[in-house]
Amino acid sequence: MKRIYAKEEYCLGCKLCEVYCVTSHSASKDIIKAHKLESITPRLIIESSDNLSFALQCRHCDEADCTRACITGAMQKDEETGVVNYDEERCVGCWTCIMACSFGVIRREQAGKKVIAKCDLCIEEEAPACVTNCPNDALVLAERAEEEGVQ
Amino acid sequence: MSLNYRCPEFLVERVESNCIECQACERQCANEVHFYDQDFEKMRAKDENCVNCHRCVVICPTNAIGIRKHPSEYKENHNWTAGMINNIQKQAESGGVLLSGMGNPTKKKIYWDHLLLNASQVTNPSIDPLREPMELKTFLGRKPSKLEFDEEEQIKDLPPQLELSAPIMFGAMSFGSISINACKSLARAASEVGIIYNTGEGGLHEDLRQYGENTMVQVASGRFGVNQDYLEAGAGIEIKIGQGAKPGIGGHLPGEKVGPEVSKTRMIPEGTDALSPAPHHDIYSIEDLRQLIYALKEATDYQKPVSVKISAVHNSAAIASGIATAGADIITIDGYRGGTGAAPTMIRDNVGIPIELALAAVDDRLREEGLRNQVSLVVSGSVRNSADVVKAIALGADAVYIASAALISLGCHMCQSCYTGKCNWGIATQEPELVKRLNPEVGFERAKNLIEGWAHEIKEMLGGMGINALESLRGNRLMLRGIDLTDRELEILGVKLAGE
Amino acid sequence: MSYLIIGNSAAGIGAVEGIREVDTEGEITLISDEPYHSYSRPLISYYLAGKVEEEGMKYRPDDFYEQHQVKTKLGKKVVSVNEAEQQVTLESGEQLEYQQLLLATGGTPFIPPIKEADKKNIYTFIKLDEAKEIASKVEELQLERAVILGAGLIGLKAAEALRQLGVEVTVIELANQVLSAILDEEAAALVQQHLEEQGIEFIFEDTIEEFLGIAEVEGVKLKSGKELRSQLAIIAVGVRPNVELATGTEIEIEQGIVVNQKQQTNIEGIYAAGDVCQGPNPLQNENTVVPIWPNAYNQGLIAGKNMAGESAEYQQNFPRNSIGFFGLSMITAGLIKPEDDSYELLISKCEESKCYQKIVLKDNQIVGFIRLNDVDRAGILTGLLKEGADISKVKSELLSDSFGYISFDEEWRQAKISE
Ligand SMILES: Cc1cc2nc3c(=O)[nH]c(=O)nc-3n(C[C@H](O)[C@H](O)[C@H](O)COP(=O)(O)OP(=O)(O)OC[C@H]3O[C@@H](n4cnc5c(N)ncnc54)[C@H](O)[C@@H]3O)c2cc1C
Ligand code: SF4
Ligand code: SF4
Ligand code: SF4
Repeated sequence: MKRIYAKEEYCLGCKLCEVYCVTSHSASKDIIKAHKLESITPRLIIESSDNLSFALQCRHCDEADCTRACITGAMQKDEETGVVNYDEERCVGCWTCIMACSFGVIRREQAGKKVIAKCDLCIEEEAPACVTNCPNDALVLAERAEEEGVQ
Repeated sequence: MSLNYRCPEFLVERVESNCIECQACERQCANEVHFYDQDFEKMRAKDENCVNCHRCVVICPTNAIGIRKHPSEYKENHNWTAGMINNIQKQAESGGVLLSGMGNPTKKKIYWDHLLLNASQVTNPSIDPLREPMELKTFLGRKPSKLEFDEEEQIKDLPPQLELSAPIMFGAMSFGSISINACKSLARAASEVGIIYNTGEGGLHEDLRQYGENTMVQVASGRFGVNQDYLEAGAGIEIKIGQGAKPGIGGHLPGEKVGPEVSKTRMIPEGTDALSPAPHHDIYSIEDLRQLIYALKEATDYQKPVSVKISAVHNSAAIASGIATAGADIITIDGYRGGTGAAPTMIRDNVGIPIELALAAVDDRLREEGLRNQVSLVVSGSVRNSADVVKAIALGADAVYIASAALISLGCHMCQSCYTGKCNWGIATQEPELVKRLNPEVGFERAKNLIEGWAHEIKEMLGGMGINALESLRGNRLMLRGIDLTDRELEILGVKLAGE
Repeated sequence: MSYLIIGNSAAGIGAVEGIREVDTEGEITLISDEPYHSYSRPLISYYLAGKVEEEGMKYRPDDFYEQHQVKTKLGKKVVSVNEAEQQVTLESGEQLEYQQLLLATGGTPFIPPIKEADKKNIYTFIKLDEAKEIASKVEELQLERAVILGAGLIGLKAAEALRQLGVEVTVIELANQVLSAILDEEAAALVQQHLEEQGIEFIFEDTIEEFLGIAEVEGVKLKSGKELRSQLAIIAVGVRPNVELATGTEIEIEQGIVVNQKQQTNIEGIYAAGDVCQGPNPLQNENTVVPIWPNAYNQGLIAGKNMAGESAEYQQNFPRNSIGFFGLSMITAGLIKPEDDSYELLISKCEESKCYQKIVLKDNQIVGFIRLNDVDRAGILTGLLKEGADISKVKSELLSDSFGYISFDEEWRQAKISE
């Protein structure tokens, strides 16, 4: 399946991926309202140090530790799309998936319900918002990393 | 001196209702203009640091930022302009030479804008380039006086030629003055569209060797990175005598920019200033130049055309004639608006002559002396669009070099701060965290698009003139008319006034 | 192939999914004495506190059994296994044959000897039915005071739920700290403080000797002699593998049913998974019972695959828990109280914010960690622990806020991400 890969040598650390991720997961889908009126946790993690940065999203693992650990069954891998996603209604915020995910890409929703927030590959959009909006093409959606020339 | 007497040049305006405090602007401005104020819970700006490079403007996801000329104005004075006053304040502070980046921005006549192209009406039909073949292919190099063919119907003894799919090349910009990612973008674009890029005087980085067939390697007064291997790596060799932005003076790449890669490529110790002397210390006459030309030809087995690049100065025509007789295959003339990574402001703005006039004069002189076929003529120094290219060809050029336009395609917003080394677009910088802002995948695509776009436009203009091969336009000044020009200017340019 | 699964919880469901990944045809029968659609056992405390409804506890969608072609016998208890004949007998007398059998019977609460324990309103707390009964008792009695025996995970979860219902709760614990299985003393002190701030009382190094009252509990008498008033008691001193069905058969039992990495017992065609089994623990080089939900599901999944003919091994039979009380979250894994000084400890602590981090290293490998009130990205540590990765290069960063994939070299990082 297609996953998001970061070309870290071209990541600017501008965090626009985060901005667009938030917008894409907002109710309004409006960048300004999403940030000023709503409180949305980005679905990705940006790691950065002085001159290295990259965005890290859920790998949508084939053998996903989170789905297997989830105590409620809220976290599931969709057999057709391969997307690992969670049912917000069933998630109780026990953070067992956070314990299980060795990529550390599952976050706690910062406001409102005690649930997690994680990348869903913007499954309802045409392409992931972070990939579409990265100003330096440092994020790609690809079958395998090598195909896109990510070292 | 605690007080800075200069007024800020720019004012950073932020539409607060749009600002979402994402701080992208802060992270993207190497001049440390934007910052988040915890107490006000707002973004603020240190206007005085802004160089108006537009990086923040473009990156801001909500279009919240506008950079304006600072509203404080000096009392109106056409003689003592704000620029003049600011320059004096700067020097009063520093005691140093004023430095600038990119080309001469002063308000002097741009001859391209006073030349108009012709088009066919009724008597000679125009050609639709979408329906009919249109040839832009250009060969640079010495052309034989007469053609002889061998048994296989190949031209006998044809001197080496550079083949271009369009009459445009990326001008000399060294690795050092621009980033490796900028070099990669241009080199790959050149190779994909079938043109040439020029290494500049900084040697050839390993990663660029793969583009050898599309490379002009330069030999300048500093001789950086020059060895047998280097000479053989490219398709042609260019001896750099002068540069339009700074005729008569050498170059200086400060030690801070000489990191490990630049050091390796230039073959000089890390951290040392890379100094290109004003003259080549082995060239004091046309005869000396001839020696170097032939030394380079000898070294490459007469397989590579050799170009000589000079800046456009008062006696360019005579010098060009000398260069042609000295055995060069290509002459490159760089006009006084040509770009630079860093040049003393006074020199950039006051030395040299416009390329349009130099080109006309050189072409005329070479024709008069029967030398024109012995050399190709390449011009540069602010070719800004495809119409400038067509006008240059009609004036007599074989091809043009573009450098500023190429960098603009990569993101340059002409803030002219290249010399600071803090180019926010990752172009004129060696700082790794800035260099990576230019993804060569993106850069190459943009540079390639530019050439392709111009090539289309050139075809359209040719078609309009009823011409189906660029060759038929070369030196065809009848396709040009002047406007707002004096008789003397028209005479030098060799064109008639519009209406004639 | 015909498969019989006893137990309809994490391990049982894992097995169904494991089997169906390999074999879409074979006949699966699943039996449980609980009469419910598979539900999430850990949610019973959420249910008690009124945070989830019964409907919301379902571990899988309503049509799960249908989708996976599973014949269910819910509310039916298996009373014996005849491994020689390959059949089991239900309480009703009905006999079922199998070719592959999975014992996923979970655990049973351990009940220490306490005098007068036959009174009403004394509960254990591992089943939905118990949670339901306690919930209705809370209302019926207008419950004011309860005691809980055991300050382990289940006891404290029950305490939290009751407290959230407004009940005064006292927790009695034999050890000198809360959560002694998953926290060291320092972390435990912070958790205890937090629980006390929420109004839960603790009595340590003591236990219930006798229940007081006539027919219904009215109080408890402790070993120390102290007496406490209480209308309800929950006993939560531990869960033992529910090995009942294996007892008296040829199936090897130690503390739990002994299995290998394929979840096979010593008897061909019989597998065990979840809280009932005792499998190879990669951290300890011995077989241990690791009664946690993720383990149960994974072991079930592995068992299922093996039962259906694919070869799969489980490498993660080590303790790891993510749990929280009144908003204070913690994730712990592996060995957290090393027994000798061949281990290296990395510790950071911030008492005001109740944050505590501890990483236990042996030969530059992570063998255990505690992350208290700072659980974000803890899974990276779990991953390193699981892999036995050499962390010498990133040791100095392990405790830092910015610890992450960026702390590693690019090669390692890219290899992981591209996996
Ligand atoms: C209150 C509570 C909170 C918990 N919280 C957590 C937590 O946050 N995180 C975590 O990782 N773990 C937690 N656990 C532990 C977790 O629930 C267990 O590890 C998990 O349920 C084990 O699953 P299992 O499939 O092995 O067995 P069980 O869930 O115990 O299921 C076994 C099933 O088999 C049935 N059965 C047994 N014998 C027979 C028989 N003879 N015939 C028919 N059916 C039979 C039982 O009735 C039961 O339905 C918690 C447990 C409890 C009680
Ligand atoms: S936090 Fe939500 S998704 Fe994660 S394991 Fe718990 S219930 Fe499942
Ligand atoms: S980039 Fe734009 S929105 Fe973000 S902080 Fe700067 S001005 Fe505000
Ligand atoms: S220097 Fe460039 S990035 Fe910085 S504020 Fe000015 S225009 Fe924006």
